[in-house]
Amino acid sequence: MSDDAVKIPPAVSGVGGWLDDRFHGAGGVRVLMRKVFPDHWSFMLGEIALWSFVILLLTGTYLALFFEPSAAPVVYHGSYTKLDGLSMSQAYQSTLNISFDIRGGLLMRQIHHWAALMFMIAIFAHMTRVFFTGAYRKPREINWLIGIGLLTLGMLEGLFGYSLPDDQLSGAGLRILFGVFEGIPIVGTYLMFFLFGGQFPGTAIIPRMYILHVFLIPGLILALVTAHLFIMFHQKHTQMPAKGNTEKNVVGQPFFPYFLLKGQAWFFCIFAALVALATFAQINPVWLYGPYTPLAISSASQPDFYMGILEGALRMMPAWEINFLGHTLSLSVLIPGLLIIGLFFTAAALWPFFEQWATGDKSFHNINDRPRNAPVRTGVGVGVICWYLILLLEGANDVIADRFDVPLYTVTWISRVAFFVVPVGAYFVTKRICLALQRKDANMLTHGVEIGIIRQLPNGEFIEEERPVTEEERAVLESKHVPAALPAPLETDANGVPAPAARGPLGRARAIANRCRSPPLSRVPFSPILVLYPSGILRMKSCASAIRAASSTMLSGTSGCPYAILFRTVSLNSTVSCVTLPISFRSESIVTSRRSCPSIRIRPSFTSKNRGIKFTREDFPAPLGPTNAITSPGCTVKLMPCSTCFVSPSLS
Amino acid sequence: MSETPEEPLGPRRVIGTPSTAPKAVDTQAESSRPAFSAEPEDLKHAKNAERLVAALFVLAFLAGCGFIAAFIGIEVGQNTIPKGANAVVAATRSNFALGTCLSIALLALGAGSIIWVRQLTPNIEIAEERHDLNSAPEDRAAFKRDFAEGAAISQITRRPLVRRTMLLATAPLALAPLVLLRDLGPLPQTDLRHTVWRKGLRAVTLGGLRPLRPSDISTPGSLITVIPEGYQSDDDALAKAGVILIKFAPGELHIPTNHDGGAVVSTMNWTIDNIVAYSKICTHVGCPVALYEQTTHHILCPCHQSTFDAANGANVIFGPAARALPQLPLMLTSAGFIAAASDFTQPVGPSFWERG
Repeated sequence: MSDDAVKIPPAVSGVGGWLDDRFHGAGGVRVLMRKVFPDHWSFMLGEIALWSFVILLLTGTYLALFFEPSAAPVVYHGSYTKLDGLSMSQAYQSTLNISFDIRGGLLMRQIHHWAALMFMIAIFAHMTRVFFTGAYRKPREINWLIGIGLLTLGMLEGLFGYSLPDDQLSGAGLRILFGVFEGIPIVGTYLMFFLFGGQFPGTAIIPRMYILHVFLIPGLILALVTAHLFIMFHQKHTQMPAKGNTEKNVVGQPFFPYFLLKGQAWFFCIFAALVALATFAQINPVWLYGPYTPLAISSASQPDFYMGILEGALRMMPAWEINFLGHTLSLSVLIPGLLIIGLFFTAAALWPFFEQWATGDKSFHNINDRPRNAPVRTGVGVGVICWYLILLLEGANDVIADRFDVPLYTVTWISRVAFFVVPVGAYFVTKRICLALQRKDANMLTHGVEIGIIRQLPNGEFIEEERPVTEEERAVLESKHVPAALPAPLETDANGVPAPAARGPLGRARAIANRCRSPPLSRVPFSPILVLYPSGILRMKSCASAIRAASSTMLSGTSGCPYAILFRTVSLNSTVSCVTLPISFRSESIVTSRRSCPSIRIRPSFTSKNRGIKFTREDFPAPLGPTNAITSPGCTVKLMPCSTCFVSPSLS
Repeated sequence: MSETPEEPLGPRRVIGTPSTAPKAVDTQAESSRPAFSAEPEDLKHAKNAERLVAALFVLAFLAGCGFIAAFIGIEVGQNTIPKGANAVVAATRSNFALGTCLSIALLALGAGSIIWVRQLTPNIEIAEERHDLNSAPEDRAAFKRDFAEGAAISQITRRPLVRRTMLLATAPLALAPLVLLRDLGPLPQTDLRHTVWRKGLRAVTLGGLRPLRPSDISTPGSLITVIPEGYQSDDDALAKAGVILIKFAPGELHIPTNHDGGAVVSTMNWTIDNIVAYSKICTHVGCPVALYEQTTHHILCPCHQSTFDAANGANVIFGPAARALPQLPLMLTSAGFIAAASDFTQPVGPSFWERG
């Protein structure tokens, strides 16, 4: 206890003691106060969803005090004179009254709607961050599933919420809901007749949606949010790679006082943003849409954004309908309305388990991946995001056609093609970018960081100065974790027996999936760091100098010709290993440009115009173990153990 | 130029890597945790930050008072605002005043809290050890033992009769909630196959509820939405029975013949005086089709852009709808008004499983 610690007033300490006598809480609460919260900007995304949900509960309770969930018809004679004398439901009338006759009612309605959008956006953003950093991996798979449950419930909750006012737009939404679900084989019509209490629209749906919207679904969301937080609390946070962060610890600031203050700050900021939106950006002006009547419709009818992919899928789908054993199977409704969203959720739910299966990685993960260090996962994620955005945009195809003056059908056709092409393209582009970023990291580890000073050497060559990476940077750059590769597809042992894990069609699929994630060695970047001479080993600070040293001695034809260049590989299926290129066995010279290190190329016939040197697979013997040696006529060079080449790789 | 600088040059920080700014990391065991000083290093800086935080909190207080004042001061609703004043303007004004005050109050509180935690509290990190999530082997073994023991004491494995009858007893109770849901609504039966249209039921305009003579639709190319007479306030009936009447110039209308059970049927005689009646309910998911392009005779559903060719039996020419809009047989009443000759001969609206 330090001297300047706060003196706790006797009253507070008295109450604390009283409570502790009854609940034995001091120990537990102290642990809670000291609970460590790691810091990273992306960890705030989930918090946005949490605070938006709190704001939804607050404003929703207020709205429920005034809203009348009834489809009973009334004739309106209220403040909004443009609708005077019109027949409408009590639900719509009470929504108008909340907007025009209750002080703060409009503000609360708009905050509620904006908060719902913010809630869903934050869930998506949080989900994306969890996906890209691999935070769903063991032991957090259950929390990932709960998150998907929350996303689903959030979509339903939002749909029911914006359908409650019974305005023209939301009624059209319900009509579409009825139309989609009545297409489900066997049970569809029954399901809808039970939900709507008969034919569309009926009068039962509004009170039923109301009780689902204000009680059942929020209750489930609250329960799942609680479970989500408790599990996170129990398993402790993940953390980003940094110096001092290990799989066995969690580094950050304690809950009390830091996170309490930060959480408070963040809550107020989000609340302020939502109130500002509700004040200055009008949302869902139901009075402009008018009360629902079954035969009216307006163009540019879009649902809230989180239902947009359903709308987009419905619009994109060609007219497919088949007759199945005397029954109608309406594929043009079932595929976009149920199958696509079902695939999205199922694939998302299965992904952690698929990844575990494909990588064979059963270990615990508390340090997050940097997205670049998991190129396949990141590629898939970006592909799915593109796919989602295409569906979302197609959901507004009429607006796009109108605003950009493109024929409507053209927009739909573009989206139909893009639906298949863009995600695949995005996957490959993203994967390449990730690999390139990994090479950049590898470069930085082996060469250091360019510091922006160009130096001219006595021979006239310009080089850029580099500094070694700092410890903090190194911890991040070396954070890549790759589990050992599984046996390759069709790989057999010496007796021609395939590995147990790769047997059968499932095993082969697994091997292919594994290979896809961890490409074989021949595709990985190399960086030379040591030049091996008969007399000893010359350590080089960078690949450029290693190559330069090797080639200059070779060109000069001295007897000190190097036998090999030792390469440090920063490979995709093992953290770091070493391979050698026994250059002394080749007669041609080597020249390289210093900027081309990761893709050094050696060609059999060298000409001075060649800037690059290409390695082929044959250039590389198997990765060398600690006792490997290279023999050449006249002498043998023993290689140093592999480990030494990356303990201090770039520093001489 | 040749001297090597002491400090690392160039980009001080690689993107994506943490700041090298020193942080106090408290890795000490709980018992030997050293006391830290809550006293800031830079007193002047802390004093400024404190003043700023306090100013923001005072601003929040004032804005909060402003919110209450705006609530009391700005009336909304036609019953409270002066006669003749615009209720929409009043609601907008109130929303603006309340929202502005509330956003400022919350923003000031948020900003104040951020400055508080970033500028006034010392930056201390602690490292907490993670413990293995899986239980120790001995705990697992003990759990297994206790569980097996408890199961043995409960006799659940030894008395299959008790176990099975208990499971049997729960089965109807588990079904009961589902059974209870049965009365949520009637069974569909043939409700989706029929509309209220019947022989002789006149078509009236949606807006004015006016019955129509063929001569009322004089201009070719116009589209009129009509509903069955007497059902204007029955939403359930209207949701299926909405009909569009389209008048064509002579020779423009080509209704294809259908092969109905071997017999060739033309529905051309369902039209009157080149006026054809189609269901207004889109066969995709049931939105009312509303947009009509006179020159091409295309009917467009604004929801998902299914496009129907009105001059050609309302066949689908684009979009997700798989069926033509059903045609309603028309006749003239003795007084010369347009009426239905029968109900639709096929279900209107979206496809469903039992449709066949």
